[in-house]
Amino acid sequence: MAYMTDRKRVTGLGAAHSGTHHFWTMTVTSVALLLLTPFFLAIVGPLLGAPHEEVVASLGRPIPALVVAAFLVVGMHHFRLGVTVLIEDYVRGLSRKIWIIAMTIVSYGLAAAGLVALAQIAL
Amino acid sequence: MVELALPKNSRIKTGKTWPKPEGATNLRKFQIYRWNPDDGENPRVDTYWVDMDTCGPMVLDGLIKIKNEIDPTLTFRRSCREGICGSCAMNIDGINTLACIYGMDEIKGDVKIYPLPHMPVVKDLIPDLTHFYAQHASIMPWLETKTQRPEKEWRQSIEDRKKLDGLYECVMCASCSTSCPSYWWNGDRYLGPAALLHAYRWIIDSRDEATGERLDDLEDPFKLYRCHTIMNCAKTCPKGLNPAKAIAEIKKMMVERQL
Repeated sequence: MAYMTDRKRVTGLGAAHSGTHHFWTMTVTSVALLLLTPFFLAIVGPLLGAPHEEVVASLGRPIPALVVAAFLVVGMHHFRLGVTVLIEDYVRGLSRKIWIIAMTIVSYGLAAAGLVALAQIAL
Repeated sequence: MVELALPKNSRIKTGKTWPKPEGATNLRKFQIYRWNPDDGENPRVDTYWVDMDTCGPMVLDGLIKIKNEIDPTLTFRRSCREGICGSCAMNIDGINTLACIYGMDEIKGDVKIYPLPHMPVVKDLIPDLTHFYAQHASIMPWLETKTQRPEKEWRQSIEDRKKLDGLYECVMCASCSTSCPSYWWNGDRYLGPAALLHAYRWIIDSRDEATGERLDDLEDPFKLYRCHTIMNCAKTCPKGLNPAKAIAEIKKMMVERQL
């Protein structure tokens, strides 16, 4: 390491030729969430503290269920991409890989749990 | 992993308070980071008093006066004294800037001077910029062409030349890169705002024929995409440039060639 030239250190393993897909997906999901979030809040907001029958009736309709499902999937996908960047920023070595795997499981786990819960309410 | 506390041997201690110049009535207090690699001591902050009646208006004038009249061991880089060489970049009053064009009247209270943040220190106010310069060299900061060289010059329209404004003025002082938190945490792999601004200067040059290769070399989660548009670079640039915008333009081109 001590005898490596500065240029060699900068070059490292070279460019990964990736990152643009991640960047573009973050942009696309951001736009999607910008559209979805107001509808999600308009649907779920009034249901907070509402009686059980009212919640079941509201989420039993196809359009509200679709908006909530889309919000869960897109939101958690966006969350996974964002948290991956966060981990890459602050964690190094093997811990970085373990954290990325763990947070991917958490992200898609939450999305799946939300979809199952929604299905049970709506169906 | 990000480190929030300095290692024990880097913790800054209170240093020497140098005597006030005799007979001076208009004094300004300077607090300056000192570190000597040869004495094995921790860094310290020394206090100096400068007679403002016999001192020029810029921070560099104060530093030169201290070196000439109070403490000749104070070490810093300087050359042109007019903001064109980029040598005297340092952290003044919490901002990375050039000491030669930063007026002391812009500072309220004591003049606090530290080396550029998060770089290895060679001595006192001199950071080790070896890695920073190697990163600059890695983006091929020269015109790359494949067509046979024309008999006269490579021609460029006035409009295309205008695209280089706001880019070519960079003096490589490293104020921007060393103000960037992303560069602090991942400077080994992230190229930083200065190198990326220079990369964009050649990508956008109408005469350059290596645009694709340049973009290929930058397409990397760390080299380019560690920029999170924090904008410290644009805020601190002593030349008033906007490296964050240049980086955003590179990202746009990356998307452009895929969609």
